[in-house]
Amino acid sequence: MASTDTSGNTSSDSLIQVHGLVKTYRRGSEKIRVLSGLELEIDTGEFVAFMGPSGSGKTTLLNLLGGLDVPDTGSIRIAGEEMAGLSGRALSRWRARHVGFVFQTFNLIPVLTAARNVELPLLLTRLSRAERQRHVAAALELVGLAGRMDHYPRQLSGGQEQRVAIARALVSDPDLLLCDEPTGDLDRDTSEEIVDLLRQLSDQHQKTILMVTHDPRAADRADHVLLLERGRLVRAADAQAAS
Amino acid sequence: MRFLPLLLRNLLRKKARTLLTIGSFMAALLLFGLLAIISRALSQGVDIAGADRLMVRNRVSLIMPLPKSYQMQIARIDGVRAVTHASWFGGVYQDRRNFFAQFAIDTETWRDVYTQYRMPDEQWQAFVADREGCAVGRDLARRFGWQLGDRIPIEGTIFSGTWELNIRAIYEGERPDEPTMDLWLHYDYLDERRTIIKGYVGWYAVRIADPAAAENVAGAIDSRFANSPFETRSETEAAFLSGLARQIGNIRLLILTVGTVVFFTLLLVCGNTMAITVRERRGELAVMRTMGYPQGLLLMLIMAESLLLAGLGGAAGLVLAKLITLGGDPTRGLLPIFYLAPGEMALGLGLALGLGAIAALLPGLAALHGRIVNQLRGV
Repeated sequence: MASTDTSGNTSSDSLIQVHGLVKTYRRGSEKIRVLSGLELEIDTGEFVAFMGPSGSGKTTLLNLLGGLDVPDTGSIRIAGEEMAGLSGRALSRWRARHVGFVFQTFNLIPVLTAARNVELPLLLTRLSRAERQRHVAAALELVGLAGRMDHYPRQLSGGQEQRVAIARALVSDPDLLLCDEPTGDLDRDTSEEIVDLLRQLSDQHQKTILMVTHDPRAADRADHVLLLERGRLVRAADAQAAS
Repeated sequence: MRFLPLLLRNLLRKKARTLLTIGSFMAALLLFGLLAIISRALSQGVDIAGADRLMVRNRVSLIMPLPKSYQMQIARIDGVRAVTHASWFGGVYQDRRNFFAQFAIDTETWRDVYTQYRMPDEQWQAFVADREGCAVGRDLARRFGWQLGDRIPIEGTIFSGTWELNIRAIYEGERPDEPTMDLWLHYDYLDERRTIIKGYVGWYAVRIADPAAAENVAGAIDSRFANSPFETRSETEAAFLSGLARQIGNIRLLILTVGTVVFFTLLLVCGNTMAITVRERRGELAVMRTMGYPQGLLLMLIMAESLLLAGLGGAAGLVLAKLITLGGDPTRGLLPIFYLAPGEMALGLGLALGLGAIAALLPGLAALHGRIVNQLRGV
């Protein structure tokens, strides 16, 4: 279960174990501490939403968990693997195997069809072309876009583009789906569809999903809502009370 | 191969830019091909000059003759295997613009020295037997549509009158790039008919036993005729032909300078194109890094795109240059060798690919340098 145990004690069977995480950025001569000794545990299959004001460290946390950035101090252990010691190349390999990213602005490659976009992560594997095509078809089927395989991003609606992005994040069957404001660029109805899809992936496919959002309606659909304030996690109950 | 669709899609992303870049490479490599052809033509024969041949000419100038009596004296010098001679005829066929070289040769000794020319023996014998006969190069015969047995009129410019010659032989070179644009006629026929400089020849060609002793033999020949009214200057055939080329100017330096400027400009053009291309895709590259694409692989993809542009444009330019050579020498004989060798095409393609790689390297490294999170912020 997602927890923010500040004692530093973590249960060894959690998928994600974060301990004493500190991250500081430098802006000119000024040092900005974004994360201050953050503690976190998340179990396999949990759907967790992170909320908090701008600059509270939500995206920084997501980047650190996804191996896109490295902490100043602290430990991040995911699926038993300590990430602090991994080199840049090893982190790339780790991301390819364990993480799928979904962004607010979809970030599809405009000159590739939906199928080719979804295939991109699989080009790093040893799968044959036929196997890749099978995986791509399954991923697009899962997000309800089996009939849009040959469409280019410009031929899709925003919601469909985000579904393709989710299929791309899922296609290599990662343990972890990291979604940075996935509904930020979508209207209300489409946002609900996307969150429904994430909910379904968590319930039916046991995907561990971490979602940064400003949308309380989207956050409500998660198993847990964790609030970040000044670089520290606050329990969900506290967050609701605060809001 | 699995990245080929991505590469091709990226190339077609900005079609006009891609076409213009390919066009730049094509134009540059076409120019490279033409410069290589001209360089080869102007230094004609230097590359194929016999290492075992010396050229002996009048010390004053190539246009000054030497006595025919020197032939026997040169033949007696140590290290000399064979001696032949040739004289510039300088005639015109139909029109002055139809320039080609004509040499009056000593048929008895010619093939002892110049062993590289190929023709059926019966044709050579027919030429030797006919005092009004001539032998022509394959390329020359092709240029004017001449056949064996044709009788061609050559208007003398140094030796007056019309010289009617019978084509008795058509020779070929040992190598495909060897010049075959000359006409050979009998020295005896020339010397019999002309009214001036009788008993003199243009220069001697000497075949020596040991190429390593070329300098010694040349020195011995020049010493033999020192302080005579017709002093000689002997040198290797390569040095002789290089000297002829230098009379036109330092062509190689000129060509090298032009080529360097063109390629440097191309590097700037291609580098600018790749810099714009990569800058436009910084966000996409960052997203691909989040998927686990290592920086090295992304750099290779960027470079592969540039190499593809350079390769396509370069190959097109070189093929165009090659096609131009197939149409024959457009100067009608001023460039007797008009040939783009496979080695020069390979060098051109290598240069294009090298430029393509360099042009993509710096923008690629700049785009992939740094943390992913910083690059994602720009998305």
